[in-house]
Amino acid sequence: MTKVVPVLTVIVALVLIWYAAAVGMNAQWARDQAARAETTLGFGELVVDTWSQDRPVLPAPHQVAQGLYDSVLAIKPTSKRSLVYHGWITLSATLAGFGIGTLAGIALAVGIVHSRAMDMSVMPWAIASQTIPILAIAPMIIVVLNSIGISGLLPKAIISAYLSFFPVVVGMVKGLRAPDAMQLDQMRTWSATNSQTFWRLRLPSSMPYLFASLKVAIAAALVGTIVAELPAGATRGLGARLLSGSYYGQTVQIWSALFAAAALAAALVVIVGLIERGVLKRMGMAQ
Amino acid sequence: MKTPVINAKGVCLTFETNDGPVQALKDVDLGIERGEFVSFIGPSGCGKTTFLRCIAGLEVPTGGTLTVNGLTPDEARKARSYGYVFQAAGLYPWRTIAGNIKLPLEIMGYSKADQEKRVEKVLGLVELDSFGKKFPWQLSGGMQQRASIARALAFDADILLMDEPFGALDEIVRDHLNEQLLALWARTQKTIGFVTHSIPEAVYLSTKIVVMSPRPGRIAEVIESTLPRERPLDIRESPEFIALAHRVREGLREGHDA
Repeated sequence: MTKVVPVLTVIVALVLIWYAAAVGMNAQWARDQAARAETTLGFGELVVDTWSQDRPVLPAPHQVAQGLYDSVLAIKPTSKRSLVYHGWITLSATLAGFGIGTLAGIALAVGIVHSRAMDMSVMPWAIASQTIPILAIAPMIIVVLNSIGISGLLPKAIISAYLSFFPVVVGMVKGLRAPDAMQLDQMRTWSATNSQTFWRLRLPSSMPYLFASLKVAIAAALVGTIVAELPAGATRGLGARLLSGSYYGQTVQIWSALFAAAALAAALVVIVGLIERGVLKRMGMAQ
Repeated sequence: MKTPVINAKGVCLTFETNDGPVQALKDVDLGIERGEFVSFIGPSGCGKTTFLRCIAGLEVPTGGTLTVNGLTPDEARKARSYGYVFQAAGLYPWRTIAGNIKLPLEIMGYSKADQEKRVEKVLGLVELDSFGKKFPWQLSGGMQQRASIARALAFDADILLMDEPFGALDEIVRDHLNEQLLALWARTQKTIGFVTHSIPEAVYLSTKIVVMSPRPGRIAEVIESTLPRERPLDIRESPEFIALAHRVREGLREGHDA
């Protein structure tokens, strides 16, 4: 109860600000229409109009809710206008990209921790890779892969992996280096090999760091997939819904797709968080 | 005469630091015979831990000769000559107590059946018989440290090196563990090297007390204990014990003034 009240208060405040903003931002169009019809609008009429336009600059919350209902619940999930359908397209590429990114990130981290040369050479490139705007590089990856006959899920997954491997590398390097000098000395007193130290000490020790990274990585993977769906005229996926909405001025469609993407991201992060809790508790490392 | 199990002749160790070389050990001569219980005592920076680490092959002396069982420390480590107990128990939270004790056995390639047998044996030695299936967080600090001693005993090293193993425990637990350690030593006939800050602990446990002093780390005095091997806790009230403790304290003070 003590948490519910503040949370509800914040949500109500946000919705109120949103409604007020909808009035402000859609008023111009309402006044223009009235002027064209040579009438004037009272304040009440203005408010009603700004909250119910077909193509508002900023749709009101209930319009977005209606849009979400129409495209999620009131429609067959297999329809091309269903957000469930588009969400699934995006989710499948996100999960594939997340998988590739996680494996690549762990592999790079293992290399960095065990090889001085890789430590010095790979990390700067990994950091540099994240400073390149993903919007600039995504179309090139799609075009290049398309020209060698690869299209569909894989190019999107690669762009998604491009964003999600980075937090995994950073977290895993820290995690694999988490064992302290005493624990490593202890391994030395047993004359343990590098691989024995890795499997028995470094890898288990890195788990809390890995999961913290995975939560960031899966959200980044979703962003990567949506960005990958924007260029090259993709027709399926949440990114494509966003783009076609903006082409045709369908702001309600854009906002619905945005909310669907946000809900998807939140759900994915929560699922990773639950797996984290279960694994760390089993390993006796939960805080 | 037989050569001692651990034989140091003129051992020196200089660390190169950013502020120039630091002499951690200077001309350390020491022989430790089989079955002895030797304590190293001295203020911080006297090199007692460093010397123990040299014996374990975790540090390499820059001068002098040091042999363990007639081998170099590095060879001795590979031959599994010693078990090492650190100040922290260092048990893995994701392994049970039995799993933790098996860790060195797995690394050294003992068979599964042999592992089970050895775990059972050493758990008995440290009086943790029924705790094999528990996880470290279910045990008190003192029990965890006993488990870590069991782990060091699990393979057949005849030397036990202990670096302030009870330093982080409270005095009541420490007394109890000291008593148990003496019983364990009597039963297993190991040679023990034991680093400590505590004068009563050193006097109570040892057959030989090595008093060290800092800057540079060196041996100030070696005191042979006159106490019998059989030592109940209340021996610490005896005049003999108090006299020994006094000598150790004097030794520490002289080393400090020098």
